[in-house]
Amino acid sequence: MSQTQTSPGKPVGIDAVILWIFLAIGSMFALIIAAKTPDDLMRVHALIFLTAFIIAGFAMIARQYKAQKDEGPYMMGIVKVGVGLSAFWGVVGFLVGVIIALQLAYPNFMYIEEWGWTNFGRLRPLHTSAVIFAFGGTVLITTSFYVVQRTSRARLAGGIAPWFVFWGYQLFIIIAATGYLMGVTQSREYAEPEWYADIWLTIVWVAYLLVYLGTLWKRKEPHIYVANWFYLAFIVTVALLHVVNNLAMPVSLIETRSYSLFAGVQDALTQWWYGHNAVGFFLTAGFLGIMYYFIPKRAERPVYSYRLSIVHFWSLIFIYIWAGPHHLHYTALPEWAQTLGMTFSVMLWMPSWGGMINGLMTLSGAWDKIRTDPVIRMMIVSVAFYGMSTFEGPLMAVRAVNSLSHYTEWTIGHVHSGALGWVGYISFGALYCLAQWAWGRKKLYSNALVEWHFWISTVGILLYISSMWVAGILEGLWWRSYDELGFLQYSFIQTVEAKHIYFVIRALGGTMFLVGALIMCYNLWKTARGDVLDEKPKQAGGKAPAMAPAE
Amino acid sequence: MSNNKNNPEIDDATGTQTTGHEWDGIKELNTPLPRWWLIIMYATIVWSVVYWVFMPSWPGINGYFKGTRNHSERANVDAAMLELQAMRSANSEKLLASKSLTDIENDPELLQFAMASGKAAFGDNCETCHGPGGQGAIGYPNLNDDVWLWGGTLEDIRTTIAYGIRAPHPKSRKSLMPAFGKTGILSGEQVNDLTSYVQYLAGEDDVNEEAVQRAAPLFKAQCSVCHSADGTGNRMFGAPNLTDREWLYGGDREAIKYTITNSRNGVMPSWDHRFDEATIASLAVYVHTLGGGEQE
Repeated sequence: MSQTQTSPGKPVGIDAVILWIFLAIGSMFALIIAAKTPDDLMRVHALIFLTAFIIAGFAMIARQYKAQKDEGPYMMGIVKVGVGLSAFWGVVGFLVGVIIALQLAYPNFMYIEEWGWTNFGRLRPLHTSAVIFAFGGTVLITTSFYVVQRTSRARLAGGIAPWFVFWGYQLFIIIAATGYLMGVTQSREYAEPEWYADIWLTIVWVAYLLVYLGTLWKRKEPHIYVANWFYLAFIVTVALLHVVNNLAMPVSLIETRSYSLFAGVQDALTQWWYGHNAVGFFLTAGFLGIMYYFIPKRAERPVYSYRLSIVHFWSLIFIYIWAGPHHLHYTALPEWAQTLGMTFSVMLWMPSWGGMINGLMTLSGAWDKIRTDPVIRMMIVSVAFYGMSTFEGPLMAVRAVNSLSHYTEWTIGHVHSGALGWVGYISFGALYCLAQWAWGRKKLYSNALVEWHFWISTVGILLYISSMWVAGILEGLWWRSYDELGFLQYSFIQTVEAKHIYFVIRALGGTMFLVGALIMCYNLWKTARGDVLDEKPKQAGGKAPAMAPAE
Repeated sequence: MSNNKNNPEIDDATGTQTTGHEWDGIKELNTPLPRWWLIIMYATIVWSVVYWVFMPSWPGINGYFKGTRNHSERANVDAAMLELQAMRSANSEKLLASKSLTDIENDPELLQFAMASGKAAFGDNCETCHGPGGQGAIGYPNLNDDVWLWGGTLEDIRTTIAYGIRAPHPKSRKSLMPAFGKTGILSGEQVNDLTSYVQYLAGEDDVNEEAVQRAAPLFKAQCSVCHSADGTGNRMFGAPNLTDREWLYGGDREAIKYTITNSRNGVMPSWDHRFDEATIASLAVYVHTLGGGEQE
């Protein structure tokens, strides 16, 4: 393929040669597995891989003959595609969330006997992975590629490699999602995909790390901006977590099944070391990277404290990694490990809040923007949710509290105040910014629609988390109630019945969040196209300085 | 920092100096660490260290540091279980010492205890099938009414709970209705006719009389042994009364036909390996009082 040097073709770079070889080997493997496997599910996945590799091959040929549009100082094409796909995955993830919320409230909802994949058990991991890895992951890759270029004044390194990272990650999502629906799972929460998907993600992730490091290497700034520390911590640690937690022995190289290298309580601890740090390094560190760029940039204010960013970065990184055992309080996990998990979780409180302080206080001197710019408001509320859930987290990690909260809906509420409030809103804020900046638009299509998005979703989040708090504390208390004669006062099924109304409220809250996201999609689409709705602008700041709250 | 285009400057709005760095227009203030933040962080660290001293914490080569309080969750659980047993033991013993289950029902204090114990055990073990409050579901008998397949006295109920129905337990209640249609004992038409006959027994108005006529000898030959000649059933075999319009698997034509064709033979597990005697006695009392308990 490297002989295509005739006009209008361009010389083939080393990056493309490597990718061609990689695609050839990959296709060969996929073809052999598809032909030889006795496992129908494996065949489906091998054919998906093969199709993806063939499409990639055609795309590379097209690229060879097409005039490159994206030749500026920065690679913006990938950011634009990323914004679109982030929004798409967000809607998919939220929609599946609404469906399973309704299934919990009304167990017959979408219960179709012949279609096993509509079952709650299949859809639940589809929801979690769609929002965390498909939506969150695409947002992280997209924003990190944008931020690292802008703050390094360098084009993404590796030629075609960033595209490989981007589409390779999307392929992982497809493999994971189809796997959940077909019932391919290794039953590790947030790490359900089987061994071959894990190997694929590892390859993609190493390429991601190399692209990121390469871009930082080429930077024209003397220092590395704080957002990039967080992105880098996210990339490096997720690689480590992913590889260790997924160590497994496949039953055979042409079948989906595998067995974990760990057993018993070691297995549980490895899983929750992974699970907790997926929260810590994927959903916290990564999104703090977003916060550190998009809030100061949008607010046009300097970051509040450089020193705080250093201290809270290193303390967060160091302490987070030890907190996993708090997921296994009152289990077979040895008590000393529970103690350490709990105390490190408590020590994690202030390192987490360092990020909140830096995010909120960056608005010093520009507080009026919370009122005038709904995108800023969204991101600031996001940081407030971050502060709330990083206080709630250490609290729930305390064993005495955990004995009440564990296994209850409270956990679900806690997770969603972080996921909808923090991760969701900071991502939405970044997507609104990127729809303007990546396409070079002066304004969003409509600020009023952002207002609508903000208020509908905020009410939705509040309904969601407050209903889950009430349901969780209710069932936690009922589970432990004894009567005066020494017998349990409530049966499990009574607690399930009592939760029904809260499940309905939760589904309503989730639906509102989904509606908000759909409004956003429309707004992003119109903004990218360059349309601007004629709106009366909110009264801009410009008030007397005395009106701004003191620092 | 030595970059000459980035010099520290004073930020107007806050009066704080910047660090002099700049990325894509973003600067950083050189604000010191908030004091309250630092104090709370140190406090959580100190608290953790103290906690480590008191509680089982750091691992070593041979085991782990047990902590000065000698805390053990396993011991705590054992103690809590003992405490619970002590709370229950006086009543449990009295309950077991009772000559008959009827004595339990006649002693208000003992009855209250049995009801509390029975309700708790019922809630987390029986409600899965029999539903909250024992109202039943299709295939799972309603325990609130006075319709009993195997008998509704205290002793009957205790036997059913302890040994189960068609369970692997040697003392389990056992009976087997043949799958008349599936095994070819009866033809399709005969099953149809019998279905009409069963509907006729239940007092349905709209029944094909000719079919009933045809099925009468069939019923006598095949069904009356267990369900008795008049269709009122027989508790020795757990054979339901077909005349009372109470249906375990549904009383419409399709459901009855399905039962005759394939038979049902539902299973209830035996519980004597899961519960102690006192709990089984309590469960029997609890179910007996649900609404339809019969006297000896």
